[in-house]
Amino acid sequence: MAEVVSEVVPGAGTETVGPGDAKQMNMIQAINSALDVMMGRDPDVVVMGEDVGFFGGVFRATAGLQAKYGKNRVFDTPITECGIIGVAVGMGAYGLRPVPEIQFADYIYPALDQLVSEAARLRYRSAGEFIAPMTVRSPFGGGIFGGQTHSQSPEGIFTHVSGIKTVIPSTPYDAKGLLIAAIEDNDPTLFFEPKRIYNGPFDGHYDRPAKSWAGHADAQVPEGYYRIPLGKARTVREGEALTILCYGTMVHVVASTVAEADIDAEIIDLRTLVPLDIEAIEASVRKTGRCLIVHEATRTGGFGAELSALVQERCFHHLEAPIERVTGFDTPYPHSLEWAYFPGPIRIREAMAKILKD
Amino acid sequence: MAERNGAGDRTAGDRAGRNLPPLSLYVPEPHFRPGDQADFSGFDIPAADAAPRPDETSAAGDMRDMAYGLVRVLDEGGNAVGAWNPNLPPETLLKMLRAMALTRAFDERMFRAQRQGKTSFYMKCTGEEAVAVAAAMALDRDDMCFPSYRQQGLLIARDWSIVDMMNQIYSNKADRMRGRQLPIMYSVREAGFFSISGNLTTQYPQAVGWAMASAARGDTRIAATWCGEGSTAEGDFHSACTFASVYRAPVILNVVNNQWAISSFSGFAGAEATTFAARAVGYGIAGLRIDGNDALAVYAATRWAADRARSNAGPTLIEHFTYRVEGHSTSDDPGQYRSADEGSHWPLGDPIARLKQHCIGLGIWDEERHAAMDAELASMVKDAAREAEKNGILGHGMHQPFETMFEDVFEEMPWHLKEQLQQAIDEKKAAGL
Repeated sequence: MAEVVSEVVPGAGTETVGPGDAKQMNMIQAINSALDVMMGRDPDVVVMGEDVGFFGGVFRATAGLQAKYGKNRVFDTPITECGIIGVAVGMGAYGLRPVPEIQFADYIYPALDQLVSEAARLRYRSAGEFIAPMTVRSPFGGGIFGGQTHSQSPEGIFTHVSGIKTVIPSTPYDAKGLLIAAIEDNDPTLFFEPKRIYNGPFDGHYDRPAKSWAGHADAQVPEGYYRIPLGKARTVREGEALTILCYGTMVHVVASTVAEADIDAEIIDLRTLVPLDIEAIEASVRKTGRCLIVHEATRTGGFGAELSALVQERCFHHLEAPIERVTGFDTPYPHSLEWAYFPGPIRIREAMAKILKD
Repeated sequence: MAERNGAGDRTAGDRAGRNLPPLSLYVPEPHFRPGDQADFSGFDIPAADAAPRPDETSAAGDMRDMAYGLVRVLDEGGNAVGAWNPNLPPETLLKMLRAMALTRAFDERMFRAQRQGKTSFYMKCTGEEAVAVAAAMALDRDDMCFPSYRQQGLLIARDWSIVDMMNQIYSNKADRMRGRQLPIMYSVREAGFFSISGNLTTQYPQAVGWAMASAARGDTRIAATWCGEGSTAEGDFHSACTFASVYRAPVILNVVNNQWAISSFSGFAGAEATTFAARAVGYGIAGLRIDGNDALAVYAATRWAADRARSNAGPTLIEHFTYRVEGHSTSDDPGQYRSADEGSHWPLGDPIARLKQHCIGLGIWDEERHAAMDAELASMVKDAAREAEKNGILGHGMHQPFETMFEDVFEEMPWHLKEQLQQAIDEKKAAGL
C-alpha cells in the first residue's frame, strides 16, 4: 500500500475523476472491479465464501476472480458462517487480508461470536500483537421479496460493538471506492451492500418499472484504483428546509421523494456508520434546524436512535422541531406485506410534513 | 392464561389409546459425586505397546481404530515401549521433565498469589502438563499455536519469560496486554502463541485459517490448536473440523479430555456415546486417542501429526485422555461436584511422576537430582514473582495510563472515542481527581 493515490470524493452528479477511464457499471460490477483491483495490487487479499469461487457468487459479485487469481486466493467455503469468519481471523493473523462474503446479511448471526468477540477485539486484547484486517461483504436490506431471511438490515447490531467499522454504499462509484478503502483498512469492517440497488437506483415506488444504473452519473466508475475514505459522508442534495440522514437504498428513496414533494431538503448519505461523519451531520442540522432520519432497519435500538441522540446532544439549540425517524417497523420482514413494511415515499413524505409543520 | 406451544400438557389419559411406551429423557450423571469412593477398576487401559503406528501419510479411513484405542508409550514400570516410542535423547527427556516441573511450580506460585489477593483469577493445569509441554517440544518453534486457557506449558516449553507471564497475571505496568485481559489470557506473538480469547473454541477455526493461509502461501509452518472436551460441543469445533477436512489444512486439532468442564463431566459433551477422537472419523480426518498423562505419547503423536501435516497429508485430531486434578479455576471448588479422591485414583497416573520414573530407569536421573530441581524451580518462580510484583499487582493503583483504555480499539482512534476519553478526563477533573 505504499503507492500514494489521491482520494477523490465526488458528490452526487459531479464528474468522476480517477485513474483509468470511467466506465458504466452497476453496483455489482463496481464491487467486482474493486475486488479485482485490490487482488491485483495486493497478493495478501483473498476472497472466500459460499458460492464465490467457480460460480462467482449468487449475485455475481466475485465473477471471474477465481479464474484470474486462482483457487488459493478465491475459493468456495463450507456453509458455516462461524467457520468462514473464524478462518478469516486466522488468515488475518497469518498476514493475509481476507475479504469473506456472507451470502445474505440474514445469515451473519452464526458468525456473530467470531465477529464480536474475536475479530472486533483482537487488536485490543492483544494490545496490537494481532489484528483482524478483514472486510466482510454482505448483501442486506429488503425490497426483493426475500421474506424474513433474505431482507434484514442488521447494521445496528454491529454499530453497537466496539472495534468494528460499518460501511454501506449507495452508488456504484461509492461502492468501489469505499470497498477499496475498507480492504486497505487494518480494522475489521462490515461492508453491507444494499442489494435492492445492485442493478439500479430505487425510488421506493415498487409498482413502477425498475430502473437500471444506465445513464446515472454515479454509475460512471473508474476502472482503476481509487478510494473513498471511511468516515466521510456525502451530501447528495444541498437544501435549507430540513436535513435527512440516510444510507444505502434509502438514499434513493429519499432523494426521489424529496424531488416529488418539491421540498428543499438537504440529504446526507452517511456512507460509513462507524466511524460516523459527525461534522457533516452537525453542520447540516445547525443550518436547517430540522432533522429526519431514515433507515430500513427496525426502529428500537436501531442506528437511527443513535443518530437522534447525537443530533439532540449536539444541535439541541438549533432544532426547531422534534427529530423524526422513518424506519422499518419492529416486526420481522413480512413476505407478502413487504411494501407495507418498507419505509417508502408515503411515510417519508408524512414525516417531512410533520417536521415542517411549524 | 398464557398461550403455550405443543403438547406439554398431555396427560396419561391422552396417551392411553395408543399402544406406545412413554418416552423418557436421559440426562447423564457422572460415576462419582462428593462423598463417593472413586473406583476406576472397570477402566479399560490397553497395554502400552498395544497401539499400532500407522504411516504418517495413511488414509484417515485406514486408521479409524486409532480413534478408539489409546496410544501409550510408558508402561507401568516407566519403560518406553512399542511402535510409538519416540526414542528421545536424554537431553530432550530432561528438558521436557524440567519444563513440566516448572509449569507445575509456576502454577503453585500463581495460585497462591491469587489466594493472597495479588490477582483476580488463576487456572492451573495440574496433571495436564504433558499435553502442552510435550506438544511444544514436538512442534517446530515457529509453528503457530492457538491455545485454550490451560496450555501455559507451551510458553514455558518455548522458554518464554515467566516474569512476562506473571506481569500479565498481575495486570501490572509491565503487562504487554496493558491490563486488558483476564489473567492467563496471554498473547505472545514472538513465541508463536496466539492471543487467548476466553470464549471457547473460537481459536479452532482460527487455527485452521492460519494453516490454510500457510498452505496457500507454500510456507512450511503448520498450526496447532487446543480445546477442552466440553467445548467440542461448540459449533466452532465442528466448523473447524469441516474446514480442516475440506482443505486438508496442515493443522493439529487437540482435544484435551480432562474429564471435567467446570462441574459438567465429559458425558455432557458426548463421552458416554463415543470417544472424542472419534469426532475425526465423521470428518474423514486422522484421529488419535492418546494417553495425555504420558509425555512420550503426547510427543510421539504430535510429531506424527506434524509430519503428516508437513507432507500435505492433512489434519489430525488428537484426543489427550487426561484428568483435571485441580478445580476449573480459582473460582470453583471441585469438592462441591465431584469425588475428592478421583485425582489420586486416576489410573493413568501423574505425567511428571511417570516421566521422572522413566528417566530414573534410564539411569539419566535420580530422586536427589529431582528434589534439587524442584527446589531450584520453586525458588526461581519465587524470584520471578518478586520481580514481577515490582511492576505492581492487580488492584493496587492504576498500572496503565487511563487513556490506554481507549487505545487499540481501532488502529486510529476515531472521534467518538477521543470525545469519550476527553469527557472522562473532564469528569475526573471536575470531581477533583
